[in-house]
Amino acid sequence: MTSAPILKLENLTMRFGGLAAVSELSIDVPRGAIVGLIGPNGAGKTTVFNMVTGFYRPTHGRVVFDGDDITGLQPHIICRSGISRTFQNIRLFSHETVLENVMIGCHVRRRSKWWSAPLGLPSFKEEEERIRRKSLDLLESVGLAEYAGETSSSLPYGAQRRLEIARALATDPKFLLLDEPAAGMNPQESQDLMAFIRGVQKRFGLTILLIEHDMKVVMGVCEYIWVLDYGVKIAEGNPEAIQSNQKVIVAYLGEEYVKYAES
Amino acid sequence: MNNRSRDLALNSLALAALAAFLYWAHTSFDGYKIQILNLIAVNAILALSLNLIYGFTGMFSLGHAGFMALGAYTSAILILPSAQKQMMWIIEPLIWPLSVMNAPFFVAVLAGGLVAAFFALLIAIPVLRLGGDYLGIATLGFSEIIRVVLTNLNFITNGALGIKGIPSYANLWWNYGWLLLTTFFIVRLINSNFGNVLKAIRDDEIAAKNMGINTFFYRVLSFTIGAFFAGVGGALLGSLVTTIDPMMFRFVLTFNILMITVTGGLGSISGSIIGSVVITVLLEWLRIVESPMTIGSFAIPGIPGMRMVIFSLALILIILFRREGIMGMRELSWDMLFSRGSRARNHDEEGEDRR
Repeated sequence: MTSAPILKLENLTMRFGGLAAVSELSIDVPRGAIVGLIGPNGAGKTTVFNMVTGFYRPTHGRVVFDGDDITGLQPHIICRSGISRTFQNIRLFSHETVLENVMIGCHVRRRSKWWSAPLGLPSFKEEEERIRRKSLDLLESVGLAEYAGETSSSLPYGAQRRLEIARALATDPKFLLLDEPAAGMNPQESQDLMAFIRGVQKRFGLTILLIEHDMKVVMGVCEYIWVLDYGVKIAEGNPEAIQSNQKVIVAYLGEEYVKYAES
Repeated sequence: MNNRSRDLALNSLALAALAAFLYWAHTSFDGYKIQILNLIAVNAILALSLNLIYGFTGMFSLGHAGFMALGAYTSAILILPSAQKQMMWIIEPLIWPLSVMNAPFFVAVLAGGLVAAFFALLIAIPVLRLGGDYLGIATLGFSEIIRVVLTNLNFITNGALGIKGIPSYANLWWNYGWLLLTTFFIVRLINSNFGNVLKAIRDDEIAAKNMGINTFFYRVLSFTIGAFFAGVGGALLGSLVTTIDPMMFRFVLTFNILMITVTGGLGSISGSIIGSVVITVLLEWLRIVESPMTIGSFAIPGIPGMRMVIFSLALILIILFRREGIMGMRELSWDMLFSRGSRARNHDEEGEDRR
């Protein structure tokens, strides 16, 4: 954690009417790490993701990515600056094939303009071919190459999760946000997912921030963890420190239960 | 690679077959049948343009009649001889630059498309912020506004009297030429990654934004290109029927195009072309039911409008039993034809030479 943080959240606050979904959240995400954001249901984790990726404009506070203030920019511009994400409930382009899903991810880095397509310019054809090859390579690296021609909605659940990550990687991100990647997975699938996330991080040299409820996954892959409860950061630290943190245990299990367990 | 050269050869063959068929039709069909063939081509252009907007980009637009009107009027004014313009505008004379402007047919049709595209761009910026049904209502309103404005701009459009005696340049060659151009343009766009981007916006706009796609830009783009070809279709239609007036561009016209697009299959290019063949022919063929007939001992007098009743029934059946239309989102391709064997080969050549 010596270099400058890749993502800085400064006093980030999001209010919906009278409800403060996230308040005064400050986080420094170290470059090149796998880190986690956890908390009970409704703690405001996904709201943080939505603010970082531009779907919500924060009520106040700043999002600084790689030294640039990206607070309140449009989602597609934030994506171009190098942040990509997956969704809690998978959002694939369901009528498109697996390959097309990844190719759509490549679009943000393309140079040729739309009118070069009907004209069939050589530069356009070259770029189409490059996008296709890059997408196939990505599918290869996430183990989905054999499904390239299938409709994305026909894939098994775990494969859809991996496809969503492959699609996010196609935008050439520096920073990847995963919203509950292990949701709905059985223990074996979660094990595979952990290895997969580590592999992706190494191979693409990314920083990964994940939201996750599966504590095995969180404690297994994250180097550093922030804990949110009712929109407020209640703890941060490495997995061991979080596991023994009294506030975190109370947030997850309730004060009553903790008192009961201690007595 | 092998497949690609095979497809190229087969496409050329299909094109040649289409040209031979048109040549044969041109020389040996009577005027009525030729008119139907012409209508098929124009309807196909219009259905394709609506399919780009609604089927591929998922924007429910009901403004097609408006764009067609813009294209039809623009091209009609450009191809009418100046002397005729002087005679026809009797309420108020046609204003100056328009009264002497003349252009060859191709340029006039192109101009019709461009005028439609220009107005599409103007309304797209406020209107495309809406989604779903709201967009449909807003574009429908726009289309009606165009019609009312055309009725009242006497010094440009000759008001409710309309324009008569438009030179009938739009023969089989022009119509099918423009259809090929339209199909080529849209197929190239849709089969590229830009087409994937449009479909991504249709499937999940939030995810599309998240993938770095400027969804507003691409929605405006698709809408404008669609309006361009609607304008082209309107221009050809004007020259085909030689008379245009504001009443021609009512909502029914949009509805007919929508029916073709939906019947063919939203999101299928070959579907739009097959749909326009089927619906155009069916609409003509169903005229039989409007003529007097005797079934057994019953004598039924001719009921005008009866074919629309039957047609509506057919539409209800489509919605009930085959909601995705004839083609769904699939395309007719050579690969598909070869794997299906001879069954699919019976489709007429209009559908075959698309890919």
